[in-house]
Amino acid sequence: MTDALLTGANASTEVPLKRRLRRAERTRQVKALALVLPLLLFLLFTFAGPIAGMLWRAVDDREVRQVLPQTIAALANWDGRDLPDEKAFAALASDILAARATGTIAIAAKRLNYALNGFRTILTSTSRNLKAQPEPGTARETLGKINPAWRERTTWTTIKDASGPMTGFYLLAALDLTRNVDGAIVAASPDQAIYRDVFARTFLISLSVTALCLILGFPVAYLLATLPPGRSNLLMIFVLLPFWTSLLVRTCAWIVLLQSKGVVNDSLHWLGIIDEPLRLIYNRFGVCVAMTHVLLPFMILPLYSGMKAISPAYMRAAASLGAPPVTAFLRIYLPQTLPGIGAGSLLVFILALGYYITPALVGGAADQMISYFIALYTTETANWGLASALGAVLLLATVLLALVYGKLVQGQQVTGGMKN
Amino acid sequence: MSDHSSLRTPSQRIAWTATIVISTLVFIFLIAPILAIMPLSFSSGSYLTYPLPGLSLRWYDDFINSPRWMNSLKNSMIIGVASTLLSMVLGTLAALGLAQWKSRFKPLVLAFVLSPVVVPGVITAVGLYFFFAPIGLTGSYLGLILAHTALATPFVVITVGATLQSFDTNLARAAASLGASPLYAFRRVILPLILPGLASGALFAFATSFDEVVIVLFMAGPEQRTLPREMFSGIRENISPTITAAAVILTTVSVILLATLEGLRRRNERLKGSSA
Repeated sequence: MTDALLTGANASTEVPLKRRLRRAERTRQVKALALVLPLLLFLLFTFAGPIAGMLWRAVDDREVRQVLPQTIAALANWDGRDLPDEKAFAALASDILAARATGTIAIAAKRLNYALNGFRTILTSTSRNLKAQPEPGTARETLGKINPAWRERTTWTTIKDASGPMTGFYLLAALDLTRNVDGAIVAASPDQAIYRDVFARTFLISLSVTALCLILGFPVAYLLATLPPGRSNLLMIFVLLPFWTSLLVRTCAWIVLLQSKGVVNDSLHWLGIIDEPLRLIYNRFGVCVAMTHVLLPFMILPLYSGMKAISPAYMRAAASLGAPPVTAFLRIYLPQTLPGIGAGSLLVFILALGYYITPALVGGAADQMISYFIALYTTETANWGLASALGAVLLLATVLLALVYGKLVQGQQVTGGMKN
Repeated sequence: MSDHSSLRTPSQRIAWTATIVISTLVFIFLIAPILAIMPLSFSSGSYLTYPLPGLSLRWYDDFINSPRWMNSLKNSMIIGVASTLLSMVLGTLAALGLAQWKSRFKPLVLAFVLSPVVVPGVITAVGLYFFFAPIGLTGSYLGLILAHTALATPFVVITVGATLQSFDTNLARAAASLGASPLYAFRRVILPLILPGLASGALFAFATSFDEVVIVLFMAGPEQRTLPREMFSGIRENISPTITAAAVILTTVSVILLATLEGLRRRNERLKGSSA
């Protein structure tokens, strides 16, 4: 329409009109952006900001710096090969006396204890037994007498490592790594190295649940996509009702069904299949069953919409060209469902990775996933650095998978458009 | 494909039968737990086992007379309604803006707006816990409403955005050319047409807040406990049949939401059908 106007207009009015149109378009764009802006600002405050804050906490390390400032300054040029010099000992004694007066010893003790088990005792015993600032030149001897740990190099490298203001300590710990006395990255001691196991377990549970959802969801999606709309809409209620039912209700229902005196065990007993009740809940089995139940609709719905877009003409064509049904299914139908399978599986896997409530309620101690530990370190033990570092790893995994998912779904929309 | 008498070969018939059998089992798997828990709430006994010793409404009575449960229901409603309203305003404005905005940054902005759905609940909850505690927003209704709004708004943006995609912008142009102010055109022309989309968005937003428990676990004080939060501690401690009564109440709310949504969808399809 603009083109028609432009060709109709003479050369002198052409430019202003073009400019006017461009200006009008620019105002429209600014107005459009102004409409989106409130939500962006809101999400910055209630979502992006908090998550950025959490990521920052994963590397933030200022507790020891605040409590032992003189010691940190005295250790700044220490090479870490031998014990530090007398000046550092004197600075430490002075810091401890100052921190005792303000009651902040515990803050540093907590942080240092994460890095070296027993550091809390070293610091508190020193604080308790240090009467006054030692005479010049005797600080090393005095502290060594109060606690022999001050004669160990490790004690001092631990303080230096924790001198902040930023640290890789928590992120390394989240991957079962630590720095040794010489500053090299090494495997953490076995009693602290639990997170790789937890990540592997989280991955394994998510993978099993995804596989179960795919196996159970595929036939259902196929049925729903193949039936006439009236009947498939009716059956869709069986998928949508659980989808809309509260997670807590469904988890509670599984406990009622699977507990030792629950419906399943009672029925099996009544049928004479078992004598003793089976252990079906508060273990891995219960977690997988309940999670599959919760996440199955997230598999069925993308599969269904993918299959719905496959024209039955392809299968008829394959049949008319003499392909046996199994071949036609495997070679013609199945490949076309692959984008749907990919989207559904990724979605279920992403959602499963971050699961907290269901494993917490129906799992045993050995079935807790990474989210459980993040919650535990946040609210129970207040090891916020480690909680944030574990959160950062989980977030990274989720974001990467979500990007793949985005590409996959986008590609699907494009091909879907082309088919039409 | 819809006519199954056309399945000629025996192997096709077997495959189809297998599909039906497996699907039926999966449907039972999906629905049975929800159905199994319901009758237990009407039991006269205090054990969660079948057969029921008798029927009674004592657990509903227990629910209604328990200040703890009733308070949690009230909290769920307050937080649900408030965050629905807030997310409707923010989400609808953003969807209207995004529909008009042309920029290469648009996919990035859209991804950002939708990201609260994908990020694991625990991460959002921990972040908010650290962020809101120093400014006094933990243990407050406002903090929970803001957090739930962040989680619910993506659903509003998606549903309203989808409605706007099928909206004929010529109608807005026609209104403008007839002298309607942008606000008047929005109120009298655009709003009535996108209302079903708005309603679906509101239902999604309410359901999101009503079902949310992880953020509530981290941020709510004893005063702000919601119904799912109360169920969480109930399941942890000991499952009394009062929980099954709470479950039935929650499920009833879900069914009402789902039925309304389905009604809206059907109405929308009918309208589309009649205009075509």
